[in-house]
Amino acid sequence: MSGNMNITLKVWRQNKASDKGRFETYAIPNVSEDMSFLEMFDILNEQLIIEGKDPVAFDHDCREGICGMCSMFINGRPHGPLKGVTTCQLHMRSFKNGDTIVVEPWRAKAFPVIKDLVVDRSAFDRIIAAGGYISVNTGNAQDANSLPVAKENADHAFFAAACIGCGACVAACKNASAMLFTSAKISQLALLPQGAPERNTRALNMVAQHDAEGFGSCTNTGACEAECPKGISLSNIARMNREYLGAALMS
Amino acid sequence: MSTSPKLDAKIPEGVLENKWTKYRSTVPLVNPANKRSLEIIVVGSGLAGSAAAASLAEMGYKVKVFCFQDSPRRAHSIAAQGGINAAKNYQNDGDSVYRLFYDTIKGGDYRAREANVHRLAEVSGNIIDQCVAQGVPFAREYGGLLSNRSFGGTQVQRTFYAAGQTGQQLLLGAYSALERQIGMGAVQMYSRHEMLDIVNIDGKCRGIIARDLVTGKLERHFGHAVLLCTGGYGNVFYLSTNAMGSNVTAAWKAHKKGAFFSNPCYTQIHPTCIPVSGTHQSKLTLMSESLRNDGRIWVPKRKEDAQAIREGKLNPNDLKEEDRDYYLERRYPAFGNLVPRDVASRAAKERCDAGFGVNKTGEAVFLDFAANMMRYGRIEANKKGIYNPTEDVVKQLGKEVVVEKYGNLFDMYKQITGVDPYENPMMIYPAVHYTMGGLWVDYNLMTTVPGLYALGEANFSDHGANRLGASALMQGLADGYFVIPYTIGAYLSNEIRTKAIPTDHEAFVTAEKETAEQINKLMNVKGTKPVDYFHRKLGLIMWNECGMARNAEGLKKAIQDIQALRDEFWKDVRIPGEANNMNPELEKAGRVADFLELGELMCIDALNRNESCGGHFREEYQTEEGEALRDDENYAYVASWENKGNSWELHKEELKYENIKIAQRSYK
Repeated sequence: MSGNMNITLKVWRQNKASDKGRFETYAIPNVSEDMSFLEMFDILNEQLIIEGKDPVAFDHDCREGICGMCSMFINGRPHGPLKGVTTCQLHMRSFKNGDTIVVEPWRAKAFPVIKDLVVDRSAFDRIIAAGGYISVNTGNAQDANSLPVAKENADHAFFAAACIGCGACVAACKNASAMLFTSAKISQLALLPQGAPERNTRALNMVAQHDAEGFGSCTNTGACEAECPKGISLSNIARMNREYLGAALMS
Repeated sequence: MSTSPKLDAKIPEGVLENKWTKYRSTVPLVNPANKRSLEIIVVGSGLAGSAAAASLAEMGYKVKVFCFQDSPRRAHSIAAQGGINAAKNYQNDGDSVYRLFYDTIKGGDYRAREANVHRLAEVSGNIIDQCVAQGVPFAREYGGLLSNRSFGGTQVQRTFYAAGQTGQQLLLGAYSALERQIGMGAVQMYSRHEMLDIVNIDGKCRGIIARDLVTGKLERHFGHAVLLCTGGYGNVFYLSTNAMGSNVTAAWKAHKKGAFFSNPCYTQIHPTCIPVSGTHQSKLTLMSESLRNDGRIWVPKRKEDAQAIREGKLNPNDLKEEDRDYYLERRYPAFGNLVPRDVASRAAKERCDAGFGVNKTGEAVFLDFAANMMRYGRIEANKKGIYNPTEDVVKQLGKEVVVEKYGNLFDMYKQITGVDPYENPMMIYPAVHYTMGGLWVDYNLMTTVPGLYALGEANFSDHGANRLGASALMQGLADGYFVIPYTIGAYLSNEIRTKAIPTDHEAFVTAEKETAEQINKLMNVKGTKPVDYFHRKLGLIMWNECGMARNAEGLKKAIQDIQALRDEFWKDVRIPGEANNMNPELEKAGRVADFLELGELMCIDALNRNESCGGHFREEYQTEEGEALRDDENYAYVASWENKGNSWELHKEELKYENIKIAQRSYK
C-alpha cells in the first residue's frame, strides 16, 4: 500500500431486505490519494475477509463512469462531493487525511435494499419497457442518411440519451421521484423524427409506469439535475410535461 | 496441413461476394407457429446478446435472457468509446464492402476466415440503418446527415460515433429493443443471474444451470438452443479495460462440456490507456483510439530529456519540436499515428524499454493534442471571420472543438490522473483490452456442441490475430441483428418436433449437482487469502510472460507458475459468508478458478504458435526492423483446443485465402 491518508468510514450494513440495518465504523489506514473510492472499498473488504468478517456488498462494474452500476450515497450526496462524477471515478484526492465519510445505499421506496449498499433498481427497466423505445423490428430500417436530423436536435437527443440509469436523481430527490430518468428517455425520442409516431403513448405509458413503481412526483427542486453525474438537464422534465400534457389532451 | 474433421466450418460454396446472399436465401426456415414453441436461451446482454434476443423474439421465438448485472443495460459493451465501422462510403472517400473486408483481414494479420469477414462487411451498413431507426443519436453534420471519423488500420473515414460514448448509445438502442420485447412478454429477463454450466442431452445443448445472485439458489433452464454472448476474457490479466465482472466462466464451462476454444493467445493490448498508478489499482481505463485522429504520440529524442521529465524537472510543453520523437510517424509514414493497435502498442513498449518512458514508472508515452487544437482553432477563426486571431483566441476556439469531439474522455482523464489534458499532453501506455480468441464457431456461429452458439467477442471468428478499432461493436451487432436470426434456422428447423424437455431430466439434475459441488468445494477451502490475491498474481504472470511480447522460455515457466498458483488457490482461498445469499466473493472465486485454467491454455497456445502475428508477438520471430514475422506455411490455421480433462488436444482449421493475396502486413 502506498498512501498516507487515514480515513474513517461509517458504512450502512444490512444483511437482507427484511433486516433493520445499522452503521458500522471502519478505520482505513494508508489510503493513497490516487485510489478511487471503490478501490478503498476493495481494501476494506480484503481487510474484513482476512479478519474473518463479512465484506461490504456494493454494486460496481465498469469503473469508468458509464455502466451506471455503482451507487453510493456519500456524506449525504449521491456519488459523493464532486459534480459530474460517479462513485467509481471519485478519487481519494477529493478527501482529506483524517476525514470521516458516511456511506449509505440509495434510499427510495422503489429501490429496496438487497444487501448493504446494493439496491434493486429493476423499476427503471420496467419504465423503459413501458415505452422507452421506437417500435422498429430488425430489418425494417431505411438508409440511415435518408432521414436528416438537425444537428441541434441530434445533439440534444444525445445529451438526454447520455443518462446512465444509475438512480442518483431518485436518491437526491426529497420525493424520490424518477422524473429526470423518465424524462431523459422521453426527451431523447421526442427530439428525433423517428420517435414521433409513438410520442403520445410513450409519454402516457412511461409516466404511468413511473407512478406505479412508487416513485414520487416532481416538485421542481432541481436536486436531481445538481447531482446527476452525467449532467442530464432539468429541461427534459419540462419537455416531458409538454409531451405528457399534449398526449393527455389527445387521449 | 489439413483441417480436422471435427471442424467443419460449413462455409457456403460459391464466389465470396455471393456466399452470404445465396446462403441467406436458402437456409431452412421455421414457420411462425413452430417458432412459438421453440425456446432460446441467451446468456449475456451486451450488443450481441441484446441484439440477438430482441431480434429472435421479434421473429416469434420464446427467449430467455440472463445477465449477472442488475440490468441488461450495464453489459460492458456500454463502455466502448470511439465508434462503429460501416462500409457506407458516405464520405465519398473510396470505401466499399470489399475495402472493409480487406482492411479487416489485413488488420487481423491474415488469421481470420474470409467468408465470415466478408459477411461482416456486407451487413455493416444495415447496422447503422437499424440503429438510427431505433433513435441512436449518432454525431451529425450541420446538414443533418451522419458524421464519420478515422480509426486505426484504415485510410478511409468509415467510423460512426456518438461523442466518446458510442458503445453506450448502441447498447441502449439494443437494450430498448430488448425491453420492448420484455414488456410484450416475448422475452423473460433474468438479471443478477450467472450461468454456471451448460446442459447437454444426447449430444446437443439443451439448457443451462444458472445461479440467482441474490438468493444464491441454483436454477435449471431448458432451451432448444443456447447462445453465449458473454464477451471476452481479458480479465485473466487482472488489470484490463474490461469491467470488474467481465469473465470467461460461461465460455469456459461450455469448453469443458465439449466446445473447442480457438486461438486463446490472441489478445489485444490497446495502445492508449491511462498508465498504472499503483498497486491498489483495480482496473485500467481506455482513452479511445479516436484520440489518435487528432493526438500525436511522442517521447523525447534524448534519454536525458526523458529522465528530466520523469523527475519533474522538465515540462514536456517546453521541449522543442525538433527534440521530440514522433516515433509512429517516423516508423510508419503512410499510416502514422493510425497504425493498428498491436503495432502501436509494441512501438510504445519498444521506446519505454529503451529508456524513453515519460512517467515515474518509465512506462508511459505522450499523446499530444496541442498541434491539432491550434489547427482546429485556426479553422474555427476562419469560419467566424476572425482574421489575425491571437494565439489565445485560437487556443480557446480549438479547445471548444476538442471539447465537443472528446470532452467526456478528457474529463475522465483529468478525473483519474488529476492532470488537465487541455493544458498538458496525456500520458498513455498499452493495456489489455480485447480478446480475439474465443469459442470456435462455424459459419452459422455454432460451436462444436450442436445447439450451442457463440456470438460477439465470445467467439473467435472475425478479427484474426488483431482486431481493428471500431470493429467490435460492428461484429457484436452483426452477429446479433443480422447473422444469428438467419443461421439459427439451419438448426432449429430440425428441432420443431423436440418438445420442451422437463428440467427434472437426469442431465439437468446431474449438472446442477456438479455445480453445487463446485460451490461447496470453493466455500470449504476455508484458507487464508482473499480471491483478489490469486487474481493479481495470475494477472502478473500473464502480463509478464503472455502479454505484449512472449518467448518459449517464459511461456514454459508461466505454465508451471500457473499450475502452482492454481494448487495454492484450491488450498488457501478464503471465501467469507454463505453460498445461499448474495456473495460477491463467491462469484469472483468461481470466475478466478476458471481464469486459472484458461491462463494455462493461453500459454500453451502461445507456445504452440511458433510465429508472430497480430497481437501475438513471439520475440524469437521478428523481422530485422522488429515487426511481426508470420509463418504462413506452418501456421495459417485456427488453433482449436479440445478439453480432455487435465490436458488439451489441438485441432487445426486451415485458413484458405482465395480472394486476398496474403502478404507481409505493411503500414509504412
